[in-house]
Amino acid sequence: MGYFVQQLVNGLTLGAIYALIAIGYTMVYGIVGMINFAHGEIFMIGAFISLIFFVVLGALGITWIPLALFLVLVIAMALTAVYGWAVERIAYRRLRGSFRLAPLISAIGMSIFLQNYVLLVQGAHEKTLPPMITGGFELMRSSGFTVDISWLQLIIVGVTLVLMAVFTAVIQLTSLGRAQRASEQDMTMAALLGIDVDRTISLTFVIGAALAAVAGLMVTLQYGVIDFFIGFLAGIKAFTAAVLGGIGSLPGAVLGGLLIGLIEAFWSAYCPSEYKDVAVFAVLILVLMFRPTGLLGRPEVEKV
Amino acid sequence: MNREALLEVENLSMRFGGVVAVDGISFTAYGREITAIIGPNGAGKTTVFNCLTGFYRPTGGSLVLTYDGKTFRLERLRGHRIARDAGVARTFQNVRLFAGMTVLENLMVAQHAVLTRASYYNFGGLLGLKRHHDAERAAIARAREWLDMIGLTDRADEVAGNLPYGAQRRLEIVRAMCTGPRLLCVDEPAAGLNPHESADLARFLVTIRDRFGIGVLLIEHDMSVVMGISDHVIVLNHGQKIADGSAGEVRNDPTVIAAYLGEEEAA
Amino acid sequence: MGAAQRFKDAGFTALIALALAFPLLGFQTTDTGDGYITRFNWVAIATAAAFVVRLLLSLVPQRFRLHQYATRYTALPQGKIITLVAGALILFSILLPISPLGSRRTIDLATLALIYVILGWGLNIVVGLAGLLDLGYVAFYAVGAYSFALAAEWYGLSFWEMLPFAGLIASAAGFLLGLPVLRLRGDYLAIVTLGFGEIVRIVLNNWSPVTGGPNGIGDIPRPTVFGMPISPGAPEGVTTFNHFFGIAYDPLQRLIWLYYVCLAAALVINWFSLRIRRLPVGRAWEALREDEIACRALGLNPHTIKLTAFATGAMIGGFAGAMFAAKQGFISPESFNFQESATVLSIVVLGGMGSQLGVAIAAVILATLPEFGREFAQYRMLLFGAAMVAIMIWRPRGLFTVRAPSVRLDQP
Repeated sequence: MGYFVQQLVNGLTLGAIYALIAIGYTMVYGIVGMINFAHGEIFMIGAFISLIFFVVLGALGITWIPLALFLVLVIAMALTAVYGWAVERIAYRRLRGSFRLAPLISAIGMSIFLQNYVLLVQGAHEKTLPPMITGGFELMRSSGFTVDISWLQLIIVGVTLVLMAVFTAVIQLTSLGRAQRASEQDMTMAALLGIDVDRTISLTFVIGAALAAVAGLMVTLQYGVIDFFIGFLAGIKAFTAAVLGGIGSLPGAVLGGLLIGLIEAFWSAYCPSEYKDVAVFAVLILVLMFRPTGLLGRPEVEKV
Repeated sequence: MNREALLEVENLSMRFGGVVAVDGISFTAYGREITAIIGPNGAGKTTVFNCLTGFYRPTGGSLVLTYDGKTFRLERLRGHRIARDAGVARTFQNVRLFAGMTVLENLMVAQHAVLTRASYYNFGGLLGLKRHHDAERAAIARAREWLDMIGLTDRADEVAGNLPYGAQRRLEIVRAMCTGPRLLCVDEPAAGLNPHESADLARFLVTIRDRFGIGVLLIEHDMSVVMGISDHVIVLNHGQKIADGSAGEVRNDPTVIAAYLGEEEAA
Repeated sequence: MGAAQRFKDAGFTALIALALAFPLLGFQTTDTGDGYITRFNWVAIATAAAFVVRLLLSLVPQRFRLHQYATRYTALPQGKIITLVAGALILFSILLPISPLGSRRTIDLATLALIYVILGWGLNIVVGLAGLLDLGYVAFYAVGAYSFALAAEWYGLSFWEMLPFAGLIASAAGFLLGLPVLRLRGDYLAIVTLGFGEIVRIVLNNWSPVTGGPNGIGDIPRPTVFGMPISPGAPEGVTTFNHFFGIAYDPLQRLIWLYYVCLAAALVINWFSLRIRRLPVGRAWEALREDEIACRALGLNPHTIKLTAFATGAMIGGFAGAMFAAKQGFISPESFNFQESATVLSIVVLGGMGSQLGVAIAAVILATLPEFGREFAQYRMLLFGAAMVAIMIWRPRGLFTVRAPSVRLDQP
């Protein structure tokens, strides 16, 4: 029982990280109707930038954790957001009217490019970071097994929920949100009504990237080890989460993320863990085969 | 004249979530006739078409196609079966040609079913069997006849996407005809054409009706085309049928005029 | 556009470049996270370069930018040029091993290039003709390779015995992959196929009792010459090629024989894919790519079309896999990762989706690129990625593409 609860805790933490990345996928898909294949790499870049600045700030003498954390968060979000913006501007904007496969292939090319770019400039080895936020508390004890929750895990889940609430509010209540929803529905009409569609789309990518940066920061803190390849797998899983929750739905992305995190944690715990990724892919395939709109998504009617 | 019912639409309804696009429409389209479906925007015309041609599954009602002693329940057939098995072909509001392929290739794709069978599911083609070769020759000849009819023979090897708009529309109709249908559904063929081109198109549809003896179902906003060539006109508004009769009857029907509220000139 | 505007644009670009370069180019941490180096000179160079390039680009006259509009397919008399180039290439390939260029290394490289050409043609059917973005093509390559290797290991089957089955089994895999993705749109299809590719790799890597896990499978037999192996000696009752013809054994012979086998296979597959484009199924693939809805309206069944595309492309991938296994003598899951799928995809994209010759040329270039220097090997994937983006923006139909119609009105 205790073991089970521990997996629950671990799964939710992992899920929160996937949720942050999944939001980026779902928002972009909602507005431009394409999967941003490079988004996983954006997350990876966020993780690298976080790690780098933790080290740099540490070396510069800023050792008070909350301050370092705050600074790294801001820097990582800002710089990763620039990457997100640049990717859209370079690889997608001009292809908006093009034939179906063009933005897709461009996205894959971008993903490959970013992965290898980081590989070349940061090296192929794993990078580690000594744990920065330690400590936690004991949740319960059951049949000799102690269930621990670390402060970091609480922070991760908490931050994710807060961000989700904030962005849902933004989408529903602000003019940016309205512009985004309008562009999602009918881009041409939105443009005719004076909405700067380019800017709205850019902003969507920027926000997605910023959230992915937060996820990257969390991963750096929680797992302490990153390499240039983490974006690939995390990207697919986060996308699975977005699909599971219902593509285009923000709460769906979070729900999907948490579910995927739980699936992965429980599978690793109770089944051969080498196949945990296969389990997640299987979820993706099953969802797309039998319930492509996901749990909270809106059904799409084919326009003829 | 012996009027044979070709398509009987009974109580057709189509609902999308909370929106009722088509609400209990019934009408009959006859063989060897051009039947026009008209109505203000949003009346449900294209929805009816989409139900007929398998792009939507109707939420209620029946669509019965009868000819040569055969009966097809269109609301039960899905997707490609309607064109392949029931003999219903259609064109689209926004022309959907295979833009990257040539004019001739577009017409060859339309004859896919025939060619596939003749080539023993392509294996005959790989082996270079005569039956496949002959079938290809025949298909090209058939295509040539159609191209002659619309004056595109000398552009047969040109990329379809490069054709002027009017030619593309004609080609799309011809492509639909190459599937050998009994019911041809044409969705706003005159849209975007000038009066001269519209008149040509109207004449072309009449030629098709006369030479091939099939039924033509037509959605159109251009009243000169509608009134000029339709044997039978059905008027829809807000998802319901409000008039059904000959062109002359419908033109003078006060309900119809009211529905249009003077938007269209009473042609 | 005034000079002030040009400078503003360039300045903005430079600023972006600065933000991009600063964290990742500017710093590099040690692997243990206890220190870092700075490379601000690189950052400065990158920023300056961005400024200059942007400025220069804004000076290029508008008309040179019409590239993107000038890439429609055309019906062409260029057919003759293509035939000439193709003929020259084929002649060159036939003569290569016996020419002065025919060293061991060259032949080995040429064989690898041929395998990539075949892979390119296979994926070309799925992506280029049918327009289905398959990101897990490497799975079929792996299935072909492993089914041959396992059949050799368990049942002692030879290359020639197993070659058709490698294709058949891979084709069945293609069919199975096609089933769940039938109703999926482009993006979803891509990611599901990606997942499939990964699933195959993970299974190969972990199912050790069957696949040998990360250690792979070795002792894969080379193709024989009509039943006669090329080797210094052979077990009882087996005549070797060398013994039969009285030629002294030289390891180079096996290499050359394998090369010619691959070349013959490539020519056969070339004939096959050119032929199939003119058959109803080939035209149906292209029609599906152009407009699936129109296909349905004409009575074509999109599901069947997709399945045949997957199965056919997979079959060719399976053949390539068997040949790869025979070439290496040993296979492991490492050779069948996403990077391979991405490489083959680059080949198809760069070569011009749908263009037979273009794909072949692209395959040869991409396969031989690492040989031109260590820098190329390192930067290979980086260049692929950048090239894919660039091609999509400037010449979406590929570098070499010219599309010849599959049928003409006035054919002899």
